[in-house]
Amino acid sequence: MKYVDEFRERKLIMNLADQIRRSVTGEYTFMEVCGGHTAAIHRFGIPSLLPPGIRLISGPGCPVCVTAETYIDELIALSFISGVAVATFGDLMRIPGTAGSLSEARAEGADIRVVLSAYEALEIARSDHDLRVVFAAIGFETTAPGTAVTVLKADAEGRENFFILNAHKVMPPAMEEIIKGGSQIDGFICPGHVSVITGSSAFEFIPRKYKLASVITGFEPTDILSSILMLIRQVNNHNPAVEIQYNRAVTRTGNIKAQAYMNEAFEPCDAGWRGLGVIAAGGLRMRDKYKSFDAGASFNIEVAHNETETACICGDILRGIRTPDECILFASACTPHHPSGACMVSDEGACNTWYKYHLHE
Amino acid sequence: MCLSVPARVVSVSGDMAEVSVGGAIFSAGLQMVENVGVGDYVLLHAGFAIEKLNEEDALETLRLLKEIDDTMAE
Repeated sequence: MKYVDEFRERKLIMNLADQIRRSVTGEYTFMEVCGGHTAAIHRFGIPSLLPPGIRLISGPGCPVCVTAETYIDELIALSFISGVAVATFGDLMRIPGTAGSLSEARAEGADIRVVLSAYEALEIARSDHDLRVVFAAIGFETTAPGTAVTVLKADAEGRENFFILNAHKVMPPAMEEIIKGGSQIDGFICPGHVSVITGSSAFEFIPRKYKLASVITGFEPTDILSSILMLIRQVNNHNPAVEIQYNRAVTRTGNIKAQAYMNEAFEPCDAGWRGLGVIAAGGLRMRDKYKSFDAGASFNIEVAHNETETACICGDILRGIRTPDECILFASACTPHHPSGACMVSDEGACNTWYKYHLHE
Repeated sequence: MCLSVPARVVSVSGDMAEVSVGGAIFSAGLQMVENVGVGDYVLLHAGFAIEKLNEEDALETLRLLKEIDDTMAE
């Protein structure tokens, strides 16, 4: 496949690994923020190609993993209202809320439908005027513009039976929170697809304010290894900056049209991240002019806001403080089939990835 | 859900396109991209094309990687 195979060429990979070995002069810890990077790093066996001095840790960039348990509870409450259907991305289905998952609610008769996009949810609303459709709007800057496009379409056609339960989040404030929280890192493998939208400029505060190395990275093995090499050089030369390795998709300014859609429908707000707490300006809320599409404002749902007490350490894992194998539930009480925490459910979650690729080492 | 993949545009109708990911066909909203036609590659993310991939930059990245390759061979 074009834009994939040529970036997986074995010889190029081995040469990059060799360059990295020659460039290392000490110990380095780099955080990959994006869940897509976590999955790619382990799927391609990147850690096995690196010298012992380099440690890669996962960050908070799996949207499903940072979704609050009470958000799942709210979706479930909505799905049991007569005449309401909840439309969701598939990976939210098995995330545990405080009292069960969407998957379990569907088995009990709730109307919950899996969709591939916000637009597909709107199409369900178009095809059945008596049904009120609530789209579970989660995700970062990559996903929020698609929700915005869909809300604007629904608005333009005067649709009254389409809503979103919004939990969109934005990445740079969460990265700042990680730095301030004391995670010991030398640099960031910055999210590639968030940067497609925001542009690399959204991350320039990291080297400027915190003197940490930063490289916007693609998702193929040569991309990831090239970025690690660039990060090492930034650290060695004491020259932190935001470099773009993934230049076939990312520019400094980003996708202006996507940003315009996002800004039309949403405005920044404080938001609760599972494991990280409330992050100032870490989320997006619907602007007042589109409030009629906001399920939170349109339906009267109340759920108890008690976080469940378990031994799950997803929060520490999302902050890069601990790794999945340090959790007593990992691979015993918590497995992909019976997950205790969100990081075990999603394909982009650190625990799920560790379970798949490192359990039998 | 948060993964984006390179997809080839197969057909365009208004602001929607059909795109191919290794032969599997998906629909993609084109609202956020400009000047996209059949044969172009876009990044598909949750039902929307979020960017058109830049072939020149992709080739430049590969050229630089091969340069490392040549240096190593010397």
